[in-house]
Amino acid sequence: MILLLTCMLPFLGALAVALAARTGRNTQAILAGAATSAALVLILLQAPQVLAGTTSAFAMPWVPALGLEASLFMDPLGLMFAGLILGIGILIITYARFYLAAEDSMPRFLTFLMLFQGAMLGIVLSDNVLLLLIFWELTSLSSFLLIGFWSHKAEGRQGARMALAVTGGGGLALIAGLLILGRVAGSYNLTDILLAGLVIQGSPLYTPALVLILVGCFAKSAQFPFHFWLPRAMAAPTPVSAYLHSATMVKAGVFLLARLWPVLSGTELWFYLVATTGMVTMFVGAAIALFKDDLKALLAYSTVSHLGLLTMLLGFGTPMAAVVAVFHILNHATFKAALFMNAGIVDHEVGTRDVRRLGGLVHLMPIATTIAVVAGLSMAGLPPFNGFISKEMMLEEAGRTVWAELTWLIPLVATLAALLSAAYSFRYVSHVFFGPRRHDYPRAPHDPGAGLWGPPAVLAALVVLIGFFPATIAGPLVQPVAAAVIGAEPPYFALKMWHGFTPALFMSVLAVAGGAAVLWRHGEAVRMWQRVPVPDAKRAFDAVVAALVGASRVVTDTLHTGTLQRSLFVLFAATFLLAVEGLSVGGLGGATRAGIPASGVAVAAWLALVAGAVAVVVSARQRFLALIYISVIGLIVSLGFVYLSAPDLALTQISVEVVTILLLLLALNLLPKTPQPTSSRLRRARDAVLAGIVGAGVGWLALAVMTRAPRDPISAFHWAQAKPGGGGTNVVNVTLVDFRGFDTFGEIIVLGIAALAIYALLKTAVRGVAGRRLLAWVPETPESPERHPMMLVVASRLVLPIALVVGLFLFLRGHNLPGGGFIAGLVFSIALLVQFMASGYAWADARKRLERHTLIAGGVLVAAATGLGSLAFGAPFLTSTFEYITWPLVGQFELASALLFDVGVSLAVVGAVLLALGQLANLMQRAARLEVDAEPMDIDPTRGAGAVR
Amino acid sequence: MTVELLVASAIGVMTAAGVYLCLRGSTFSVVLGLAMLSYAINAFLFSMGRLVVDRPPIYDPSAPGFTDPLPQALVLTAIVIAFGMTALVVVLALRSYLESGTDDVNGAGAEPPPADGDAPDDPAEPPCT
Repeated sequence: MILLLTCMLPFLGALAVALAARTGRNTQAILAGAATSAALVLILLQAPQVLAGTTSAFAMPWVPALGLEASLFMDPLGLMFAGLILGIGILIITYARFYLAAEDSMPRFLTFLMLFQGAMLGIVLSDNVLLLLIFWELTSLSSFLLIGFWSHKAEGRQGARMALAVTGGGGLALIAGLLILGRVAGSYNLTDILLAGLVIQGSPLYTPALVLILVGCFAKSAQFPFHFWLPRAMAAPTPVSAYLHSATMVKAGVFLLARLWPVLSGTELWFYLVATTGMVTMFVGAAIALFKDDLKALLAYSTVSHLGLLTMLLGFGTPMAAVVAVFHILNHATFKAALFMNAGIVDHEVGTRDVRRLGGLVHLMPIATTIAVVAGLSMAGLPPFNGFISKEMMLEEAGRTVWAELTWLIPLVATLAALLSAAYSFRYVSHVFFGPRRHDYPRAPHDPGAGLWGPPAVLAALVVLIGFFPATIAGPLVQPVAAAVIGAEPPYFALKMWHGFTPALFMSVLAVAGGAAVLWRHGEAVRMWQRVPVPDAKRAFDAVVAALVGASRVVTDTLHTGTLQRSLFVLFAATFLLAVEGLSVGGLGGATRAGIPASGVAVAAWLALVAGAVAVVVSARQRFLALIYISVIGLIVSLGFVYLSAPDLALTQISVEVVTILLLLLALNLLPKTPQPTSSRLRRARDAVLAGIVGAGVGWLALAVMTRAPRDPISAFHWAQAKPGGGGTNVVNVTLVDFRGFDTFGEIIVLGIAALAIYALLKTAVRGVAGRRLLAWVPETPESPERHPMMLVVASRLVLPIALVVGLFLFLRGHNLPGGGFIAGLVFSIALLVQFMASGYAWADARKRLERHTLIAGGVLVAAATGLGSLAFGAPFLTSTFEYITWPLVGQFELASALLFDVGVSLAVVGAVLLALGQLANLMQRAARLEVDAEPMDIDPTRGAGAVR
Repeated sequence: MTVELLVASAIGVMTAAGVYLCLRGSTFSVVLGLAMLSYAINAFLFSMGRLVVDRPPIYDPSAPGFTDPLPQALVLTAIVIAFGMTALVVVLALRSYLESGTDDVNGAGAEPPPADGDAPDDPAEPPCT
């Protein structure tokens, strides 16, 4: 439970910050910081027992049928990452508070940041791999938002899109890989998967699973050849770079490699794929970093290189290498986040991040210089800093590892990478902060306030402390974390500065000396580098994206020629062919069900319906006529429902019919009455043939089903449970509000959205071109001299209360007899629409007490609240309950919670219908420029002025 | 002649009419076609529960039988949703006509907007809250 809370806290923080958008920046930063600190405290409280070997866990079934469980667990590995995420998170929030300019939206930034933090925390604490995947994709999405935070900058948008495409694409591969892994292991829970190492490695699916998982991890952790997105992501504000692109998100891939290390590592395939990729990435990243002049680009490629180092260590597959990887994850997070924040300070105070325009800042910015020296020399691998120790250990491991019988390859590449790493680190320190003071800084540099230098200083202090007392400070953490990665007790290791005169020390000295030498000759190195043909990753990426877009465009253009007629023709024909194909595969048995003999009335109704359908088609061009004919069909369908034991459907159909015809009449008034030229005879014949075939097919299919007895339908259950389970005897209504209440809930939302879309479409129709055309509208049909016939007005007012009572009656009895929320809502709507018709839109509109938007929202909320209410009693969403009470005079009366749900349905229906039709009527009135009736019985306002039309 | 045959053929006729109207060139025909298809499809769905006379799905222990309530519940919401769809489509058709000056589904014969109008770009109308 504590774990769940921990995991939720960042999300709650995101919500709190978003809600506090109107408060000051300090409040928002404090909210975000408080949520992060609270989560960190919760983690730290559990730390002693977790490090002692008791993992804390939380599990809640979510979708058991899919093996999806909302289960979390925290072992030492998860603990270390959670600590890094939250600890550095607090520093970043503090830093961001002072870093962001006044015009940047602080609540937006912090909300995204907290969302990211929650997603990242979810990854490292997930027990279920499916849950992990959800969080994994969430980090991709939230990092997309963060990288593109400065959305007015093209490079920000492009960088964000590239990062999303690469990490999201890798995420897709990871989904496939983890699904295979879970299938092989027989469980999607990590704790079970971690025990199934032998089964997994023995399975023929090991190779595809491994490759897919590695693609996901490599894409996320910017491994070659997916490394190119990370430098482009530097368009993000610096706090984001420091957080996502050094300490947390890019480590997610490494984390997963470490997490799955016990089950996936140890094979030759693992070694060659992972160690080689890591090695190449480490070298390539370091080489490019040396020649970048932008401080953040330099750090980005350096991060790529260090991630490669970690990947390589995990790829070695030896327990000792895993220990080193764990230690270096910790060290890299400290010095790299400090350096990113330091680069941000330089950018912020000097106004440029270009190394060539910097130098000599040591006297102007002593604090920033100190931080840069400490963190930079740690990155270079110099004693007495923590980077030195883990780099020594890395070189030691590299020296022992043989790649395809080439004993020299890995040690050589590792030393070269360490050399380049030393060189770019020295460059960062010396070319920015030392050397001659310049006179052309874009701004007058000085040290920033404590809010900016404080967070990196904390990390720099850690760099020094771990450097001096590695065994005391890092040891108690590294030991259990390494054990968690390896899945067994780690080999003996000593975290200390001095290991004696080992080959690693020799390699280290070589690297540092070489690095210094390279920097000394940096100018020549640059000229050499410029002659090396480096493929441009961005161009390749753009080419791939362009090719994909082109291919999709070809497909789209082939399917959508831009004419609705052709698309629909293809759609109908294809559907028909699919049905034919299905039938030819399935086959059909003989008829097993006797039919109902048709009476004369039934035949007459059928004839009327067929005649109506034909009439609609024939007279489709005379629109008012077609409308009358189509209402005949609606009427017959309603009668059919009455006859065929569906009273609820009959009531619904007839009331929907009224509303639909009113709507079409209103719309028709504004649509052109002059029909378009008819299509060619050939086209009509072709369409008629297709329509005939489709109609015959559908009719035959319906007949085939109806003449065969159903096989064991579920309805017997509904029938039996309606009264004892749902408390009502109208099984259709009980199904709607109870058994399938969730569907109904969705339907009223859909209806509300449709009404809102209609509102939006019509509301904006009074502007621009549409508005001018509306003003030019002239009635095409002759109008009645009496705008509001007296008889109609009087009758409608008299009918209103009666109609409302009928609606109420239908509503109240709906649970037991035909009626219910939908029908009652429609009846209410009709009763009100009649007022619109009789007395005019404005007259009726002026008398409404509730906004229709409010009705829709209220309806949905009432339904939702009823559904959620059942949660309070420990029952699933939308469980209904009922009670019988005896009222004086009325007698026994049933009170069901489903009734409240039905109230919501009714409200939403009334709101949606009135909003849609009301807005249309409003538009109509604007178009006709009609005066508003003032008096209750004002039947024609123009008459008083003596201007009879 | 059975009721099943009547219902099935009616569904067929309504489907055919709906498909034919949907393939016509003016937006209002397409709206009519969609409405026809809605009738046909709702009736089709309803008929999947088989046809029964005089056995409404109102629970009564002494009832001799009952018709399948599930298709009815599904069709009930489908009818209401079909109304929402028809309303949206007709309003789309209306807006498209107001924007383009034609009610051809492919936008053929679009007219330039009337130039003499004095519709303000942002009419002074109280915003809906």
